[in-house]
Amino acid sequence: MTRTIDHDLVIVLAGEAGQGIQSIESILSSFLKKSGFHFYSTSEFMSRVRGGTNSTEIRVSSRRVSAFRNRIDLLIPLHAEAVAHLGNRVTDETLILGDKAAVKHESMIDVPFTQIAKETGSALYANTVAAGCICGLLKVDAEEGASFMYDHFSTKTDEVREKNREAFLKGYEAGTAIEAVRIQITASDTPKGEVMLSGSDAVSLGALAAGCDYMCGYPMSPATGVLQNMADYSKRHDIIVEQVEDEVGVVNMALGAWYAGARAFVTTSGGGFALMTEGISLAGMIESPFVLHLAQRPGPATGLPTRTEQGDLDLVLYGGHGDFPRVILAPGTLEEAYTLTQKAFALAEKYQVPAFILTDQYFVDTRYNVPLFGVPETPPDRHIMQTDPDYRRFALTGSGISPRGIPGYGEGLVCADSDEHDESGHITESMDMRVRMVEKRKKKHAALLAEAVPPTLSGADNYKTLVICWGSTKPMVAEALEELALPDVAMLHFSQVFPVPAGAAAILEKAEHIVSVENNSSAQFTRLLATETGIPIRHTILKYDGLPFSVEELAERLSSAVKEGK
Amino acid sequence: MANQYDFEHKPDIAWCPGCGDFMIRKALLSALDELNLEREKVVLVSGIGQAAKMPQYVNTSFFNGLHGRGLPPATAIKACNPELTVIAVGGDGDMYGEGGNHFLHVTRRNPDMTLFVHDNMVYGLTKGQGAPTSRPGMETPVQVFGVFEKPVNPMALAISLDVTFVARVFCGDIEQTKEIMKRAIRHKGFALVDIFQPCVSFNKINTLAWFKENTYYLDDGWDPSDRAASFAKALEEEPFPLGVLYESDHRSTFEENLSVYKKDRTPLYRRSRDSAAVAAEIRAKV
Repeated sequence: MTRTIDHDLVIVLAGEAGQGIQSIESILSSFLKKSGFHFYSTSEFMSRVRGGTNSTEIRVSSRRVSAFRNRIDLLIPLHAEAVAHLGNRVTDETLILGDKAAVKHESMIDVPFTQIAKETGSALYANTVAAGCICGLLKVDAEEGASFMYDHFSTKTDEVREKNREAFLKGYEAGTAIEAVRIQITASDTPKGEVMLSGSDAVSLGALAAGCDYMCGYPMSPATGVLQNMADYSKRHDIIVEQVEDEVGVVNMALGAWYAGARAFVTTSGGGFALMTEGISLAGMIESPFVLHLAQRPGPATGLPTRTEQGDLDLVLYGGHGDFPRVILAPGTLEEAYTLTQKAFALAEKYQVPAFILTDQYFVDTRYNVPLFGVPETPPDRHIMQTDPDYRRFALTGSGISPRGIPGYGEGLVCADSDEHDESGHITESMDMRVRMVEKRKKKHAALLAEAVPPTLSGADNYKTLVICWGSTKPMVAEALEELALPDVAMLHFSQVFPVPAGAAAILEKAEHIVSVENNSSAQFTRLLATETGIPIRHTILKYDGLPFSVEELAERLSSAVKEGK
Repeated sequence: MANQYDFEHKPDIAWCPGCGDFMIRKALLSALDELNLEREKVVLVSGIGQAAKMPQYVNTSFFNGLHGRGLPPATAIKACNPELTVIAVGGDGDMYGEGGNHFLHVTRRNPDMTLFVHDNMVYGLTKGQGAPTSRPGMETPVQVFGVFEKPVNPMALAISLDVTFVARVFCGDIEQTKEIMKRAIRHKGFALVDIFQPCVSFNKINTLAWFKENTYYLDDGWDPSDRAASFAKALEEEPFPLGVLYESDHRSTFEENLSVYKKDRTPLYRRSRDSAAVAAEIRAKV
């Protein structure tokens, strides 16, 4: 019997680390987008460089896709453990395809990638054969695919390039011969001119557009992608990139860079952030701009290093001793990651406060095509002044913001002190000055609140049930609700989680029933939102096994949540 | 003419009367004045401790950050604006204890900046506990059985890490302290000056007299360019050698190695990102 898949295909590649999942994914992402398909991929890995089982989900679709699905239409296992690794995601509906000799799964369709590759000249071409096979199933243009392969390996010898071309065509032929499935996905021109990015890429491009010229970090999964991207940009742009001895050094170095007039950026995960908290408090005291990207992974302690969670909101919200204003942004889409990273720099510099971009492993390791990002026409406002001889770094003003000078630019002296200080930046133990400085810093919270990014409300205008989410869960919640098509339900996504936008209360008040979705165990944002708005939120949908929500899981849990509310 | 690094009105200095820090301050103010630097381009950087208060009492720009954390911001300040003269100041606990890892790694980077460490072999601001440089046997309210850990030897450590200017002075000799400070500031690359000083409140062993008795000046003929000989010299303790133990110009600086300055020496704050170049980076993702 032939199964038909219309418009939306979910492929999963699974195998050992180092077996080539990433190279197949990379070929497919570039070529399928070029062929006019919408493309999405997300990867999950074990915390090891070789062995184990990792998998990459690929969605190829006639329409824009950006959410994780549990369903697997087509599974390409690269070793024997792969099928078991995916557990109940593999159903009777899943078509399993690949090297039967290696995978040894009874009901799979045998496409001997390795043997075909060997016939071409070497087992090394097996990944190209697999990519060709998928393209054959999708019925893309074979010749275009073959020449794409040839170009893809442009750094290799002519012979290797030619062999890859050949391997692709053989795989393609094997794909077209498969009769068990018929895939019908409509290509269009839209994806062709779009960019294909990961969450890490979108954050990094945002920092680049914001004029980031100093990047320092200490490698830590899943935040390292941004550090490496900035290092790559430093080959072509004026950016100092330094790997520091530890996260304590990172935060203090970044603050030194801001003090000297650079736009510094830092990337880390929860454990690294924990080490930085004293420095973040220093940013609060010396009223320094500071921008940090935190890609969350499950804790406590080392936790699950390569998995995902939204468990560090409380850490970022409260990390750092003493009272000082801060802003926390949590993008839900690649576009938001790009614009909000720029916004983080703008707010940090305008208000001289720390600004945090909160993502997670799922978000940074997920890629899809999006329309080309625009670039700001004028360079960002630096909010730096040339100082005069009687310059005072912490001059008391109505807004709480003191004009910011930097050393060496003007005739004034720029004094920053981690102690409580007077207007000139010198140490003070005057209680009167202490009170004035506390109030000065506090004023900036109100200003940040006034500039807060409002949450996005979508769905029914006259909603009875309101589904709340923040950060990376946005596409899954949206797709689940779209599929459920329930009347009277709306969705509210927060891409700024602190200060909690003032308009949130009015939106929450209108609902009879509020359901909050979070990828953590203690509903950190739900508690914050309830405290800030004074509106109790009793129904939560939480997930804390280290994996992202899938559309299917959310659809099921949201559906029962909505019923319960009635 | 008045020293431009001193204040018109005498600052309220928080050190104890008789503290060695006053002598160090006097030497530092003179050294800065005599070097004839553009005052607005001098930045003092420190962590926390009695020594780390120094920037508060010198009329320059300063970044007085967190305990142990003077070196990372100092490195970044110099990197972002090489036109600045950056001087880090701290105590033995600040630099060799809490900030030990940063000390280790700043030597790898070799930024063109200076570090003055006030070494009084005791914790002052926290009132008399043992320091990384405390001599064995010193009893304190925490080291109640006496310090038994091996003290850090900052000179040997620095030479082993190939710090290209390694000197020790005794603050009781203000003139010599000033002269070596000047040489250290002028040195291209990371320069360490460990400054012996008494703590009149909490160190009753290593007093002004003790330092005089337990130090000696290197000969005029001392050759500081031989690293192995300098290292051997640095291992000498009680009496400790004073002067420039090691000096070399064979290493390039952190700033010289930064790609942003290969073609253009302009400090970062005077540059701006080209939006066309950003757009090209985005288009490369199509």
